[in-house]
Amino acid sequence: MRKLRFSRSQLCIPYAAFLILFVIAPLFVIVYYAFTNGQGQFTFSNFLNFFASTNTLGTLLYSFALAAVTTLVCLAIAYPTAYILARSGLKKKYVLLMLFVLPMWINFTLRITALKEILSLIEGNISAYPFLNSVIGMTYDFLPFMILPLYTSLLKLDNSLLEAAADLGADKFTVFLRVTLPLSVPGIISGMTMVLLPSMTNYVVLDMLYNSTYIMGSLIGSYFSAYDWNNGSLISLVLLVIILIVTLVTNRFSDKDAGARGAVL
Amino acid sequence: MKKAFQIGWLALVLLFIYVPVLVLAVYSFTDASMVGGSVSGVSFENYLNLFRNEELRNMIFGTLILAVVCAGISTVLATFGAIGAFYSKRVSKTLLNTANQVPVVNADIVTGFSICILLIVILRVSKDTFIPLGIGHVVLTAPFVYLSILPKLKQMDNSLYEAALDLGATPAQALFKVVIPQLVPGILSGFMLAVTLSLDDYFITTYTKPSTFDTISTYVVNATKGSQTEVKTALWALSTLIFIIVIVAVVLMNVLGNRKREVRK
Repeated sequence: MRKLRFSRSQLCIPYAAFLILFVIAPLFVIVYYAFTNGQGQFTFSNFLNFFASTNTLGTLLYSFALAAVTTLVCLAIAYPTAYILARSGLKKKYVLLMLFVLPMWINFTLRITALKEILSLIEGNISAYPFLNSVIGMTYDFLPFMILPLYTSLLKLDNSLLEAAADLGADKFTVFLRVTLPLSVPGIISGMTMVLLPSMTNYVVLDMLYNSTYIMGSLIGSYFSAYDWNNGSLISLVLLVIILIVTLVTNRFSDKDAGARGAVL
Repeated sequence: MKKAFQIGWLALVLLFIYVPVLVLAVYSFTDASMVGGSVSGVSFENYLNLFRNEELRNMIFGTLILAVVCAGISTVLATFGAIGAFYSKRVSKTLLNTANQVPVVNADIVTGFSICILLIVILRVSKDTFIPLGIGHVVLTAPFVYLSILPKLKQMDNSLYEAALDLGATPAQALFKVVIPQLVPGILSGFMLAVTLSLDDYFITTYTKPSTFDTISTYVVNATKGSQTEVKTALWALSTLIFIIVIVAVVLMNVLGNRKREVRK
């Protein structure tokens, strides 16, 4: 039998080819479509459509507002939770953590269905409070993704630093503010990015809760239904730029091992 | 006092997370047509409907098959990709890592939309071939498999591979009998992560799926807008079933994990 000859580095060729074809090429396609019209001619009109229309700009602002509020609410709920889970003397911490992140593995549309039933029961007509319910829905969906990175970074915290601060005369509150909080910044940042971007684009949550949506993702959805690839691409390009900026900013803070979406598995 | 506060906080967050799912679970065993509606008795009708209704059955099995097949392809591609990248020169390694990171940080909706434009609009691949859908799910999941294998490669004992070659193994034998067995934990957890990501996906599926095919996510979103009560309440049963399966899986994983730790001691 002839020996199979290859060097180990060549093993990545299929995957590299796959990434180039289906990850990198589509990005260039998006850029091309964003600056051409239906006939393939170069144009800025999609660009102008977006930035000259109060409608789309309003959507952009609304998405930002919704995403920011959702992220802050998630942080406010997740930080104390992760802190108690990671730092207190409770037994079976790991089992407790599992309880908090377990919903990640239930299909999100089914969870939102459940939430919708409960909200309708409590509020009656849920479309009466669109912003409030959007925040509740998004928080319900994304909370585990905030708890997990916070828990990991708080668990890694070096106890001797906290003791040193206390020995040097800092009271509990100062220790938290000057030592614990700054050291957990990587966890905060990676949790925030994992909530911020999805809550700008996941229009399905809103769509399911009250059948109408006003965020960036829904613009792509409606252009998709209208076969308007060019305007849809422009929205995607805007989102890509936002994502790029967020990634560049957060790369400065985050630690490398903050495993993404399902690191606990 | 402090401990009571901590437990109280955790209990509140758990209530927020679990009340909707549990209430839905209770109602799924009744004949009620809405949560809070009139209940006249216990009924397993919803669970039976899940298996009797052909549309629902096809949707559930379609989702599962899609997830397992795509996760399998992703695992093979990304495993060799990661091994190859690990032994590549620094430049190509960095390029591959960066390309791999794109779908991870990108919004799913942009990934889905860009693949739709490239494959369906430009290359005119028919949606009905399932090719765009399959490629979409591999793009979504493969990068996470890659990320879960990389740390295992770093931990691997490199001298074993060299030893195998010195003892007369071909590079292929050394790869399959020495390198890959050391990566099995990473490959398995990558595969599981890929399955769960694929099961949970909505956006990539919507933009690439054949019009007659539905996954759980796309089906649920359409069903919540529709008025078919029978289907709606059957989905409560589905949500409860998935919830139970997830709990059983998590408990099993913990029990097995604990046993392994005990054996090692």
